[in-house]
Amino acid sequence: MEQEIIMKIENIVSKERVFLDLSERYSYSYDASFGQYLPDVVVQPNNAKEISELVKLANEYRIPVYPRGAGTSLSGGPLPVKGGMVLDLSQMNHKLIIDKENMLAIVSPGIITGMIHKKAEEVGLFYPPDPSSSNVATIGGNLLENSSGPKGLKYGTTKEYVIGLEVVTPTGDIIRTGGKTVKNVTGYDLTRLIVGSEGTLGIVTEAILRLIPKPIARKTLLAHFDKLVDSGHAITNILSSGILPSAIELMDNACIRAVENFRPSGLPIHAEALLIIEVDGHPSAIAEEIKKCESLCKQVGASLVTVATNEEEREKIWYARKMVSPAITQMGPTKISEDATVPRSQIPAMMERLKQIREKYELNLVVFGHAGDGNLHPNIITDKRNLEEMKRVEDAVSEIFTTAVELGGTLSGEHGIGTLKSAYMEMELGEAGVLMMKKIKEAWDPHDILNPGKIFPIPGQTKVVLT
Amino acid sequence: MVKSAEPACKHPNESIQKLLNETYEWTNQCVQCGYCLPACPTYASMGKESASPRGRINLVKMATEGKIDVVEHLANPIDLCLGCRACEVACPVGVPYGHMLEVAKEAIAEAQTNEKSADTNLLKKTALNHLFPYPKRMRAIGNMVWMYQKTGLNKLVQKTKVMQKISEPLAQMEKILPAVESPKRRAPRGSVFPPKGIKKARVALFVGCIMDAVMTKTNRLTIELLTSVGCEVVIPEAQNCCGALHAHQGENDKARELAKANIRAFQASEADYYVNNAGGCGAALSEYNHLLKQDEEWNKRAQQFTEKSKDISQLLYQYGPLPFQTKWNGVVVYQDSCHLRNVQKVSQEPRLLLQSIPGATYVELEGADRCCASGGIYNILHFDESMKILDQKMEQVSKTKATTVVTANPGCHLQMSLGIERQGRSEQIRSLHLVDVLAEACGIK
Repeated sequence: MEQEIIMKIENIVSKERVFLDLSERYSYSYDASFGQYLPDVVVQPNNAKEISELVKLANEYRIPVYPRGAGTSLSGGPLPVKGGMVLDLSQMNHKLIIDKENMLAIVSPGIITGMIHKKAEEVGLFYPPDPSSSNVATIGGNLLENSSGPKGLKYGTTKEYVIGLEVVTPTGDIIRTGGKTVKNVTGYDLTRLIVGSEGTLGIVTEAILRLIPKPIARKTLLAHFDKLVDSGHAITNILSSGILPSAIELMDNACIRAVENFRPSGLPIHAEALLIIEVDGHPSAIAEEIKKCESLCKQVGASLVTVATNEEEREKIWYARKMVSPAITQMGPTKISEDATVPRSQIPAMMERLKQIREKYELNLVVFGHAGDGNLHPNIITDKRNLEEMKRVEDAVSEIFTTAVELGGTLSGEHGIGTLKSAYMEMELGEAGVLMMKKIKEAWDPHDILNPGKIFPIPGQTKVVLT
Repeated sequence: MVKSAEPACKHPNESIQKLLNETYEWTNQCVQCGYCLPACPTYASMGKESASPRGRINLVKMATEGKIDVVEHLANPIDLCLGCRACEVACPVGVPYGHMLEVAKEAIAEAQTNEKSADTNLLKKTALNHLFPYPKRMRAIGNMVWMYQKTGLNKLVQKTKVMQKISEPLAQMEKILPAVESPKRRAPRGSVFPPKGIKKARVALFVGCIMDAVMTKTNRLTIELLTSVGCEVVIPEAQNCCGALHAHQGENDKARELAKANIRAFQASEADYYVNNAGGCGAALSEYNHLLKQDEEWNKRAQQFTEKSKDISQLLYQYGPLPFQTKWNGVVVYQDSCHLRNVQKVSQEPRLLLQSIPGATYVELEGADRCCASGGIYNILHFDESMKILDQKMEQVSKTKATTVVTANPGCHLQMSLGIERQGRSEQIRSLHLVDVLAEACGIK
């Protein structure tokens, strides 16, 4: 990077927060997904004013700017694919105010999401979005990717809880959207546009989050199913019976075997599926609800249903689910984690198609995920050094996306498009749909400064490239 | 935008090849999920990715791929790691970070010897190769410290501030030197101490090198506590330094040599357990199986050694209760030894023992599982970075209103003494080894 630009950057933020050394730059060249791109400079800004000035400078010199939180993205969101400047916002973590009276949290972007959970719960409140990385990931990253987790089924995703933002726009202006009120219809809902924009429309410098009362109790059950299709029926029957569980998690047979192999705990290795169902709310209400869930599972042919009677048993049930990630990585060093999502009723069909894909491409493909809201996680375990296999992985991934869209679903439920799914955007949205999004991007960011190379397909690219 | 055309790797030699061979599988195992970030004390204090486990694993990989230079780019981030290994516990996929760290240090050390020998390197090497492996020399140092304190020379040094003029870190370390017992009270090697009452087990005591030199009192009290719960204690004659410091500084050959000497000495003792009272040494002893994995002649013996290696808290808890005599006053907090907690996986026993002391109010220290930044000799080599972490730790200690801070490793013990000294509160708070606390509560002096 030219000395002149570096000097100007160092006039905006102090020198010790500007990294030029090769080892520092390589340390921001990756996230939790795929690929590595070396930025020219890494900057750790402290406030909106610094970010605004940096973005204006970037516009002047046409430098790509890549905002980044803790780098836990599974879709390539923060990857500096065109070099340029990485803005590490993980250290902008000074504000976390819980406003109990108005049931709000006001936060800086670098605050770890798990800290919001903890601080809200200390005063009897609850911030539901719970990506599995919530003890690591920053709220800024969660907002821009519109992340969610198991609780999405009952409580919705991040976007349902964001009511106000302070944002640095792609041209360097500082704007505020929304506010502190739950109801707000003043003008366009820019808050919703920015949440989930994957850092292409603005950099969040402060957020106002809505909190809800914390449920006082929860109950959990584990059900084994010999037939996968039965577990699908169990889900549909429970949801149509008037019960809305706080989580319904599914593990397929490949997943069960992997976990049992990794940490034996007596899981049924011949079962085609496991469901973990959790309900929360008033103790007397959930006592009845869990009983009903139990009998509904049994009615459709669950071979075994266990209801946790205490916290220790509950943790034991969740342990199997928590062991999925470590267990499957024992099968190979590279993990391609997808989050294609289908309408709930299509889960059995999607599971069947995933099984066919596994057989067709002869891959280690395991399926788990948030079955209650149709958000499955097909994971392919492979080795990126095996180029021949990686080609098959590329084809399998393409087929997973096609299948999800065919079944009326979407490419991504919670990970985002980033670099890994951009090639499939037109398949889901059509040419005109993608063009409309592109027009918004161009209007906001005329010089394509903010997070370029994401969401929109590279002309001519028709599928994901992993080799 | 100008891109550097210069090749990044300037040491494309054997050490890189070795680094590649030994670590590539491990570094590729990392899925870069970042779950280790919240566990890392240097990531918290330095606030940048290169100071995190995920960052360091990636940099080792970059070095093996020739994208960065081992000396110019890798050495510093690796050097700034405390080696506390809390990241291993947090890692969902089980990357063997500690082993990778040692191999990386070895490769860096090799590449550096081909260049220049910095002063700190020379000092480090002298201590590692000519001091720690020689029990007699270590004991001579202990005797010198005793003389230094006994003659009152220490008071003169502190008054004249002569040390400050030489080096601020060393001056601070000088102040916290433990009071060394008269050499006459040091338990001689080869001795056997009979159990009080019925004999429950025969245990062989690992006396350590630093412990044996300047913390002889803790070693003596360890023997007395063990005999009080029915253990017969032997002190194997030909034991040596555990080799942890050597492995941490990239001198693995020397570490293996020391390991073999210890295995030989302890297996000859015919003891049921090999007990130590230093979390750091204990971790090294408990990983002899890994250190000698490739050595066909020794790997079985090393495995057996590892299985018998125990921390003092484990045996006192197993064979207790201790014969407590006095009533303790005030709040007691426990700071984990990282290597005891993260490598030997011992965290409950010290707490349970402290909670069992009559009269003591045990309070769990917030962040007790996070490193105090003693890190072997990290606090001397990286004084400022270490003090930043320590001062934050001491703020947590203050919140508990503790009057006693207990540790289970000499390095942690000295570091906590230093923290108390830096707060100017040595009148109000004592830093003690677990053994010292238990012995005091049992009326053993």
